[in-house]
Amino acid sequence: MPNIKRKMRFLFEIWLLALGLWAVAAPSQAAGLSVTDDRGRTVTLATPPQRVVSLLPSLTETVCELGQCHRLVGVDRYSNFPASVNALPKLGGGLDPNIEAVVARRPDLVLVSASSRAADRLESLGLKVVVLEPKNHADVQRVMGKVAQALGVPDAEAQRIWRFIDAGVQAATQALRPERRQVRVYFEINRAPYAAGPSSFIGETLTRLGVRNIIPVDLGPFPKINPEFVVRAEPDVIMVGARNFDGMTSRPGWQRLRALRDPERTRTLCVYSLDESDVLVRPGPRMPEAARLMVDCLNGLRQPVPTGVTTSGPFPRGGM
Amino acid sequence: MTPLSASVRTDRLRQRRRAWALGLGLLLACLVLTVVGLGVGSTGWSPVWTLWTPSGLGGTPSSTLTGALAADAMDLELGRQILWDIRAPRTLGALAGGALLGLAGAVAQGLFRNPLADPFLLGSASGATLGVASALSVMGLGPGVGLATSGWAVRLGLTGTAFVGSVSAVLLTLALARGVQHTLRLLLAGVVVGVVLGALSSLVTLLSPDILQAMQGFMLGTTGFVGWPALGVMAAVGVPCLVIALALSRMLDGLSLGEATAASLGLPLGALRVALVAVLALATGTAVAQTGLIAFVGLAAPHLVRSAVKTTHAPLLALSCLMGGVLLLLADTLARGVMAPQELPVGVLTAVLGGGYLLWLMHRRVG
Repeated sequence: MPNIKRKMRFLFEIWLLALGLWAVAAPSQAAGLSVTDDRGRTVTLATPPQRVVSLLPSLTETVCELGQCHRLVGVDRYSNFPASVNALPKLGGGLDPNIEAVVARRPDLVLVSASSRAADRLESLGLKVVVLEPKNHADVQRVMGKVAQALGVPDAEAQRIWRFIDAGVQAATQALRPERRQVRVYFEINRAPYAAGPSSFIGETLTRLGVRNIIPVDLGPFPKINPEFVVRAEPDVIMVGARNFDGMTSRPGWQRLRALRDPERTRTLCVYSLDESDVLVRPGPRMPEAARLMVDCLNGLRQPVPTGVTTSGPFPRGGM
Repeated sequence: MTPLSASVRTDRLRQRRRAWALGLGLLLACLVLTVVGLGVGSTGWSPVWTLWTPSGLGGTPSSTLTGALAADAMDLELGRQILWDIRAPRTLGALAGGALLGLAGAVAQGLFRNPLADPFLLGSASGATLGVASALSVMGLGPGVGLATSGWAVRLGLTGTAFVGSVSAVLLTLALARGVQHTLRLLLAGVVVGVVLGALSSLVTLLSPDILQAMQGFMLGTTGFVGWPALGVMAAVGVPCLVIALALSRMLDGLSLGEATAASLGLPLGALRVALVAVLALATGTAVAQTGLIAFVGLAAPHLVRSAVKTTHAPLLALSCLMGGVLLLLADTLARGVMAPQELPVGVLTAVLGGGYLLWLMHRRVG
């Protein structure tokens, strides 16, 4: 009897060992890529994806910055940078993606933002979906790493690009004239008015430049503020996108704002064109360029309303 | 038999014939539109042709056909997926959603004896919006959670909150109106609840602006996200709702003679109203939860039916269902087709078309 018991035990140990070996071997055998996205879900890909769809402009820019633009087979209608993505099929917006058009591109990876409803539907149709939501500087670094991971690009490459972005923002910081530090800035996101608070990626860039934000940090990243708040705060510099500038000076009380009184001379107002606004409001690899746009403004190198800037744009472009 | 009653009888007969004709016509339209709906989308008819070829039907593929298929770059599996997993459920989903709204509209108009009553009238739409807004803001939308957060729990959670919000709004309206006895008070309470709940969702959205985009995405009326499970939910709710409404249709007929007359006929008005309001809330809540806000279908469907035939409530309810389905499917097909390969959210289209229809209706009445 003990003999049989021992045999059983031996067999059991062999089985355990085999199980252990399999457990060790299995992941390396599947050898594919796996990435944990912002839902906390781990998405595994057997081979590096070659047909990628991106439904968020900043993710599109990130893919291209990693040198993988050629793998994109479709983007959302707001993705417009780099210029080569304009030749790709537009598969609807991030919020209202055209499911059929996405599926018809036969992507082996779809990148979407967390506010999209599409992820579930696309996954139920058998597609691999990675949800990423860049919101601040740290997110941009993280998302760069995640996208690289999902595409099978070495992490070192992602880190190298991030250091390049970081250095670019740092260089912009150095370019700010010392006497312009501590200037108080109001950055308007839209005319509701929503402002860029210090905890937003725009606010983080401003903080890094060394200037001050008139919005207190406890109001959150993009608070809706009372127009009166701006009048009382009396910002030194106002930054605003062209499509939101229309009528800004005629808001009650705003014509008395120092920043708006004689911007041609004082250079206290910067109206950004549509393309520049895209650069400014996308938490992605063009953050150094965004920092540069802010520094040029703060240094007084920009015309308040540059020639060729139309202040009533077409439909607002959605997405970040 | 007096000549008068004879003429009434022939008139009734003619109306009945017209009702049947309308029903058949609508069924035919459903069929035609379903077939068209299967063929309309960003990739056009190519998946249909792909499946139509002998290889698609299981026959032996000829070499020329295979070559043609390769040139078309649409393989069998993809074609099948687009047709069967995307277009079929969303086409039938448009039919089902429209039918639910049409039914809710017919019930509302019969119940409140107001031809301009709308299923969204009792505040159900704003209730659903508030439900989704609160759910999103409670769960937060930072990294880790979001609308895209998969898992049936959260997904069902949002759909469920939309539904619960919708039904609670109706209950709140009923409570404020102190029951359903007074039509005018009920309508006013519905308006008040709609406005207040709408303001509350704005407040919730303002307090957590992160959810703004997700909210927009959820409330956008579209059939684009309807899969087989969503269709199943709509069918599972829609069929019993229709059966109950049909069973109560004689009472709606009685009610149309006026509340006093209905009461004198011995109809149990209280129970009847509760049951019909439940049908109304269930049907609307389910449609909103699966397809977002789709305006005017519930208003227009019974209207169109009544302008074509004068009939009792049983055929009216059934025809309104069909009409709603046809209307939404038609709008959805247009939404998919007009800008193809781009696509309009169908809610935008129904709002424009329905608004136009309502204006025309008002103009004609004034004229």
